[in-house]
Amino acid sequence: MLTLTCPNCGVAADETELAPGGEAHLKRFGPGASDDDFEAYMFARANPKGIHFERWRHAYGCGKWFLAARCTATLEVFATYPAQSAAPPEAVLAAIRARRPGWEGRS
Amino acid sequence: MSTRLATGGRLIDRTRPLGFSFDGARLRGYAGDTLASALLANDRMLVGRSFKYHRPRGILASGAEEPNALLGLGTGARFEPNVRATQQPLFEGATATSQNAWPSLAFDIGILNDLAARLLPAGFYYKTFIHPRPFWKHLFEPVIRRAAGLGRAPREADADRYEQLYAFADVLVAGGGVAGIAAALAAAATGARVILAEQTAHWGGRAPVDGDRIDGQAAAEWVAAALARLGAMPNVTLLPRTMVAGVYDHGYVLAEETLADDPAPGHARRRLWRIRARRIIAATGAIERPLAFAGNDRPGVMLASAVRDYVVNWAVSPGDRTVIVTNNDDAYRTALALLDAGLAVPAILDARPEATGALPAALRARGVRVEAGRAVARVLGRGRVRAVQTCLQAGEGAVIDEIPCEAVAMSGGWSPVVHLWSHCGGKLRWDEGRAMFAPDPARPPTGADGAAMVIAAGAASGALHATDCLRDGHEAGRRAAAEGGSMPPEAASPAEAPHAEAPAEAPLMPVWRMPQGAGVRLAAKMWLDFQNDVKVSDVELAAREGYQSVEHAKRYTTLGMATDQGKTSNINGLAVLAGAIDAPIPAVGTTTFRPPYTPVVIGTLAGEARGAVFQPLRRTPIHGWHEARGAHWEPVGQWRRPYCFPQGGESHADAVRREVLAVRNAVGLLDASTLGKILVKGPDAGRFLDMLYTGVMSTLPVGKCRYGLMCNENGFLSDDGVVARLSEDTFLCHTTSGGADRIHGWMEDWLQCEWWDWKVYTANLTEQYAQIAVVGPKARAVLEGLGGIDVSAEAFPFMAWVEGTLGGIPARIYRISFSGELSYEIAVPAARGLELWERLMDAAAPHGATPYGTEALHVLRAEKGFIMIGDETDGTVTPQDLNLGWAISKKKADYLGKRGQERSFLTHPDRWRLVGLETLDGSVLPDGAYAVAEGTNANGQRNTQGRVTSTYFSPTLGRGIAMGLIARGPERMGEVVGFPTLDGRVVQARICDPVFYDKAGEKQNV
Repeated sequence: MLTLTCPNCGVAADETELAPGGEAHLKRFGPGASDDDFEAYMFARANPKGIHFERWRHAYGCGKWFLAARCTATLEVFATYPAQSAAPPEAVLAAIRARRPGWEGRS
Repeated sequence: MSTRLATGGRLIDRTRPLGFSFDGARLRGYAGDTLASALLANDRMLVGRSFKYHRPRGILASGAEEPNALLGLGTGARFEPNVRATQQPLFEGATATSQNAWPSLAFDIGILNDLAARLLPAGFYYKTFIHPRPFWKHLFEPVIRRAAGLGRAPREADADRYEQLYAFADVLVAGGGVAGIAAALAAAATGARVILAEQTAHWGGRAPVDGDRIDGQAAAEWVAAALARLGAMPNVTLLPRTMVAGVYDHGYVLAEETLADDPAPGHARRRLWRIRARRIIAATGAIERPLAFAGNDRPGVMLASAVRDYVVNWAVSPGDRTVIVTNNDDAYRTALALLDAGLAVPAILDARPEATGALPAALRARGVRVEAGRAVARVLGRGRVRAVQTCLQAGEGAVIDEIPCEAVAMSGGWSPVVHLWSHCGGKLRWDEGRAMFAPDPARPPTGADGAAMVIAAGAASGALHATDCLRDGHEAGRRAAAEGGSMPPEAASPAEAPHAEAPAEAPLMPVWRMPQGAGVRLAAKMWLDFQNDVKVSDVELAAREGYQSVEHAKRYTTLGMATDQGKTSNINGLAVLAGAIDAPIPAVGTTTFRPPYTPVVIGTLAGEARGAVFQPLRRTPIHGWHEARGAHWEPVGQWRRPYCFPQGGESHADAVRREVLAVRNAVGLLDASTLGKILVKGPDAGRFLDMLYTGVMSTLPVGKCRYGLMCNENGFLSDDGVVARLSEDTFLCHTTSGGADRIHGWMEDWLQCEWWDWKVYTANLTEQYAQIAVVGPKARAVLEGLGGIDVSAEAFPFMAWVEGTLGGIPARIYRISFSGELSYEIAVPAARGLELWERLMDAAAPHGATPYGTEALHVLRAEKGFIMIGDETDGTVTPQDLNLGWAISKKKADYLGKRGQERSFLTHPDRWRLVGLETLDGSVLPDGAYAVAEGTNANGQRNTQGRVTSTYFSPTLGRGIAMGLIARGPERMGEVVGFPTLDGRVVQARICDPVFYDKAGEKQNV
């Protein structure tokens, strides 16, 4: 059962307080998008054994969404950061590289 | 025979005798006994029958690893199956019963399985009972289920109370042996918050039994002094009788504490600890392995450490003469303990070619016959041990001599208890020299900080010898405090570890089969897994049949799958498998260690969450009124809504009929407070709702209401409801009762994560308002009775809302209808809800004042062909499928679900679409029934062409009505389709318009 620190309210929240929201940094494809783009947006999800970016909602806390960068294999949490991020901020990427030298970024 | 010694017994209090019963026989023990020690003291060597062959079984161990002595404890509502007698403290009046024996433990008919054992090898059930197929379900399985099984489930609700507790620790130490105590001392000295949990009621683990000396004191004295120090520290919590069951992500730990064996009324029996620990020290010790020789499951054959425990702790003699058989030095301690108690050790059979260490020398000096290179060929005796035949370990089992004895103490070496290390992914390394899997410090389970969150300490880390064990525990405590605590360890932690003095031990010799050259006749009597009846020959058969992966062999043979999870059998089993496939042991690997370490009672996990407080219950402000009127309840999410209000001896169906007709002919009142009410406010609120709903909301005039549909991005309908525009920048969105929280979360998701620059604020106001629907031709008259708001047709048209004071209560009234009748939904502050309800009931009295429930609501809406989320929708239905195209904007460039709905399979003309269904005979279609089509599918099942989504008896029309989704339905009006029922009939129904009543809508436009 994970503990993630909500960047909105600062609480180190138990997983029971949180609702998972799947992969972060998806780009929405709406009307006019090709079938391939829409399919990728709807259904194709990264499922890495390793570094992953996820959406979480502090559902039984402040109610806000946030994003988490963590390793699915070791459960190490590199950072949690605001949901209002189209891509992982540089500070988050630096925190990952500090722990995983040679990491080449999101595939 | 086993008996109580006249003196000794470290843990028993001879001044406090206790009475208990076993299979009806009244027996006596002492305070401090376990059920197992008390049974042995009464010469109850036979305590159970094995799972498969029903062989007589006695007590093997003295702790959590016991595979045989599983008993039923208690009676009636306090009956608990599969209690390990070795872990259950004796208490006055304890009622224990044996399991898996019929008609009795001594004369068990299932023993016939043992005679037929040669015909019941591994995989027997898989191979034999496959054909013919129907026989499995109806014949084989019921018979096998009755014959098998380790205890029966309790038949009554658990009468005991359980509680749960949350705790936080810098350092959690699991295991109160000397390593755990040393770790706790070192960690606590820094000021770290420490929890020390021990599964038994006694501290110190094996050290006091083994007779070690620590810091110049006897181990027991050192333990007592250390516990006194720990107990006096405010930052230390001591938890005896607390089994750490599992380690989970990020240092989350579950532990089960036993508070009382026979609790006083109202007091809890067990407590679940939910602990968040920054560092976990697994000081869980080690478990002794049995040796695999023929007849090693006979009552009287015990683990050497267990024999020592029974003699030293409880003054129980397993028999006058005990033969020791071992591959290591540690078992010699058992011989010393037996001699010290005045009992005889006829021989020590040591499988190693030579036995020359300090301990063997000490035994030789006391005149004991020590035979190196010697093994047990077989155990003689059936219900209990009579003698052992010895042979050479190097040979094939030719008998050298026969040694009469009453007990055999065996030791195949020790396996560290790595469960807590492994639960969260800690890896193991194979220690070739000591033939054991131990935690690999290079591959620990990691926590949120990426560092090891579990530290194995003492015997659990592989530090088996007392000296190493204490040092290891001490270092683990210092490290855990440094990493998990808040103070530097140099500040207060003593640098010096406690020092233990214990004789040096010579290396063991791995022995996986005794003698090493034993043939299949002996192998078929060498037990590996005592609880699930798996023998050396079974594992070898599995290997021959191709089950060479340890996970496959486990499932094929059931090795390690019993309630003990293979604590005594796993390593022996995989070593035998490795031998059978000529692979090194580490290449075979272990099966997965999963929580809990020992079984946890379901009641402990449930805690107080049972019965009326199983989950939170939401009540409307009018709930009490409904309850007092005998409402029949329906759960809707966590709400309870009245299903109907039966009067007198009325059936539910009759009540629903009466309520529907009252609404159609006069007036009815519905408590609609559970309806979701979400306020959406801000300059971009209209734009936001245009994205959320399929229709246009931004053009809704202030003062008006509009029905809207919400879809997910897949295009499927997710919720519906009426939106009211309260002001230029404020909307109130009604959702379904069950959907309020979900839809509010959905809105927040889009606002926070996609359109975060839009200026919109949402608030879920569901519980702020009570909402009452006044419905029926007399509705206007009722509201006029209260006065204060003009509710005339001219002043207050359909799909409008007004605000004002109704009968003195501030109210907002929506003129909307979910029944097709003249209808007003009145929202007032929640605290005024009951008052309004009672006022309305009074005002409606001249017209019958009928409260109605959810079922009448459903019938009324179905008569009008209105859809219900969850009935007509199931997550695969689009608004277009439901002919709701009128509520979908054609002009909007985008809304959630628009792109999804453009996909070819959602626009396909063959899709199942909403129609009405009227049965030819007027009967009510079964809910969920499928309409069959010609032909069969690839699985030989009838093709289908639709299904029933809503079906009711319509009191208004006097016959059954239904809605359903039918392939190309709206194009097939008047066609008759067949719906097979469960009893084999086929109900014919004609496809028709789903609006059964008042198609023109005249009744609501008055």
